Amino acid sequence: MTKELTAEQKVKFYQKGTFTVGNRLVDADNRSVQASMERSNAITSGHRACQGCGEALGARYALDTAMRVTGGQMIAANATGCLEVFTTPYPETSWQMPWLHSLFGNAPAVASGMQAAMKAKGKKTRIVAQGGDGGTVDIGFGCLSGMFERNDDVLYICYDNEAYMNTGVQRSGATPGGARTATTMPVGEAYPGNVFGTGKNLPRIAMAHNIPYVATASVAYLQDLEAKVEKAMSLEGARYIHVYVPCPLGWGCASNATINLARLVVETGFFPLFEAEHGKVTATRPIRQRVPIEEYLKPQRRFAHLFKTDAGAEAIRKLQAMCDHNIAEYDLLREGEETLA
Amino acid sequence: MTLPTTAPFAITVDVGTSLDNHTGTWRTERPVYLDRLPPCNNACPAGENIQAWLALAEEGNYEAAWQEIMVNNPLPGIMGRACYHPCEDACNRKDIDSAVSIHAVERFLDDESRKQGWLPRVPSDLSGKKILVVGSGPSGLSAAYHLRRLGHAVTIYEAGPVAGGMMRFGIPAYRLPRDVVEENIKRIADMGVEIVLNRKVEDIAAEKAEGGFDAVFLAIGAHLANRAYIPSADAGRILDAVGVLHDMETEESKPMLGRRVVVYGGGNTAVDVARTAKRMGAQEAIIVYRRTRDQMPAHDFEMDEAIEEGVIVNWLTTIKEVGDGGKVMVERMELDADGKPQPTGEMDELEADTVVMALGQNVDTSFVEKLDGVEIKDKTIQVDTQFMTGHPGVFAGGDMVPSERTVTVAVGHGKHAARAIHAWLQSETYQRAEKHEIADFEKLNPWYYANAPETVQEQLDIARRQATFGEVLGGLDETNALYEARRCLSCGNCFECDNCYGVCPDNAVIKLGPGNRFKFDYDFCKGCGICAAECPCGAIEMVPEEI
Repeated sequence: MTKELTAEQKVKFYQKGTFTVGNRLVDADNRSVQASMERSNAITSGHRACQGCGEALGARYALDTAMRVTGGQMIAANATGCLEVFTTPYPETSWQMPWLHSLFGNAPAVASGMQAAMKAKGKKTRIVAQGGDGGTVDIGFGCLSGMFERNDDVLYICYDNEAYMNTGVQRSGATPGGARTATTMPVGEAYPGNVFGTGKNLPRIAMAHNIPYVATASVAYLQDLEAKVEKAMSLEGARYIHVYVPCPLGWGCASNATINLARLVVETGFFPLFEAEHGKVTATRPIRQRVPIEEYLKPQRRFAHLFKTDAGAEAIRKLQAMCDHNIAEYDLLREGEETLA
Repeated sequence: MTLPTTAPFAITVDVGTSLDNHTGTWRTERPVYLDRLPPCNNACPAGENIQAWLALAEEGNYEAAWQEIMVNNPLPGIMGRACYHPCEDACNRKDIDSAVSIHAVERFLDDESRKQGWLPRVPSDLSGKKILVVGSGPSGLSAAYHLRRLGHAVTIYEAGPVAGGMMRFGIPAYRLPRDVVEENIKRIADMGVEIVLNRKVEDIAAEKAEGGFDAVFLAIGAHLANRAYIPSADAGRILDAVGVLHDMETEESKPMLGRRVVVYGGGNTAVDVARTAKRMGAQEAIIVYRRTRDQMPAHDFEMDEAIEEGVIVNWLTTIKEVGDGGKVMVERMELDADGKPQPTGEMDELEADTVVMALGQNVDTSFVEKLDGVEIKDKTIQVDTQFMTGHPGVFAGGDMVPSERTVTVAVGHGKHAARAIHAWLQSETYQRAEKHEIADFEKLNPWYYANAPETVQEQLDIARRQATFGEVLGGLDETNALYEARRCLSCGNCFECDNCYGVCPDNAVIKLGPGNRFKFDYDFCKGCGICAAECPCGAIEMVPEEI
């Protein structure tokens, strides 16, 4: 990705370990935050996330990195959602950092207020806001847009598991076409799950606000994710990272498939990884091992019906076309570039 | 929990931590770390722990890597060149790009060891037992080395004027330079192994008694050439391959093969003789073989190299007669429905100054026959699982006993026989360690290994290969060797990549620090299985909980 920062760039070697979390052959300084015995474990053990939760993983990856960059001088504002519910069934908390609860829809506004308060008190404490795709793409969208437009000094992280999982897997604005949810059941031949609408691509919407930094990330690409959080924390103003986090329960996949699905969604081209600054894409991550969309869909029961009917087959073709579009749009198959970590 | 009386409404208990919530109770399967057997180690006839020494080499710790080889194999310089590396055929990396060039790293480590003067470990205390080893080929040297490492006094009796056996007489110098052989052998002698040359053993029992030896290991190899009856008007032109290769090593005047050499046979020895003939100045070196290339026992790469050097092969051909003036009558063959060659009656004529027979070798069993209890079957000495013959205290290995006849197999025999002799001397039985489950490719998660093609070893140019005995294949320098070692996937054994530690959504993997690997925190592990799925090398297994 960007050349100047990123631990992943410094590590140029070809032996085992290049894509792994750590590597005993690399200097400790160049290893990922997650490889460190001193990582802060922002969300500690005993939380009640389901087996194999991608969001628990994504949040720890992002927050541990932000904690390292800020030396622990940060506070989080949390939207209501899975992340909050599974970490804080009173009186137990999993949080190893200060955070403030907010409603489902107003985390960005609360974060803006927290940032203003820190500024008023003359403190350098940084603010991170976070929410799921429901709280971000749908319910909190107005507040988020306002936070962007005012260029408040907040990093907002969306953990996207493509539906309202906490309340029972209802469709959100981020649910892909064709997916089965509690509210988009595949009924008969003609209705294969969620409708293919016009799409609501929040990273692109964020870019339209010309904010300093926008990035997409996936829990399967740890070093990439960490580098992006590090980069975001080095900047001021409104910043947005959209992290793709599989949900075994809501998607109907095996609990051990989390990382693999987070990888396949990128390698199919369905979820391109990119960075943008002030409204312009500055870096994209090329596909390393291209796979057809079916490989991503098949392990998930929310897409199982697509493999049974003609309408389903048509839906798969549409999903593949979206991959092809992304591949062309972001030039994801370019050659001659070494992909590391 | 206390109930504070002044607490505001809705907050009636103190804030606690989720560490009170032991999510491990959710689990139906538990992850368990295990060590699986890497396919390379499994395939090595000498039982080297290849993965372990590659891991040391990866860190740049070359001396420790070399010492790790020496635990199992005293001849790394020879292995790195002359072994047919079954380890590389088994290497899982071939399914990603190409196998790790294990032999090239081994060769590099031996070069370093000789450059730096590293020495194998030898115990200072002696057991008081004396063992006689008959024959100084790879299996005899290996047994002597391992017996010495086990604390015994060892003497080798070698019938010939030089030590090395088939490493000299079976493998030409262009594949195995003689200084490498000599230095590898000298290292064993310097450990205190006595090597007596020109000492042919005729009566084993008498030698054993006379020398006061507690046990004997026989390893004289297979040096008798197999014959085929071919009518010949000019017997002087017919030589056998073993004799030719032997004379190349020992005779003052090298064998005169002439300008046109015909070699009969399809094994590695036939190819060796043809390539040797080329280097001796033969304009034509023709191999006559009665089957096809696919059926040839010679290794593919050796055949390729021979053809590059100008050796010609007449496939599907047999020699019928060697006539006057070096006229060799050959008959064309064709394969029948079962793939067997059948004569066609069509004849051809070749001209040869020399015809060399390379039809395999046998063991000279005559001196063993005198010993009670020893069983000889199919011209080989029969041994039990302890490498002991029917005569108590007399063991045998290498080409003498039924097995594949390669230098590495022989080294393995020497090692196991040494351990068996050591056990026998204490009235015990040697038990080989039980093998772990093999880490085959399906056990790996290959995503995590970056593409990194094999380093190509440079070859000597053709002109020099046709005229000199210089080593054909070049070695690696340190950069290349390090690169190559780092291509190892560490199949089946944790290499501390931190993946399990990083991908656990529940922080239920505890990192124990460099060299100490990890452990699971079963209080919190929910058993999702991500760690096992994302372990690159297949060192985690999910095991059902007892419910």
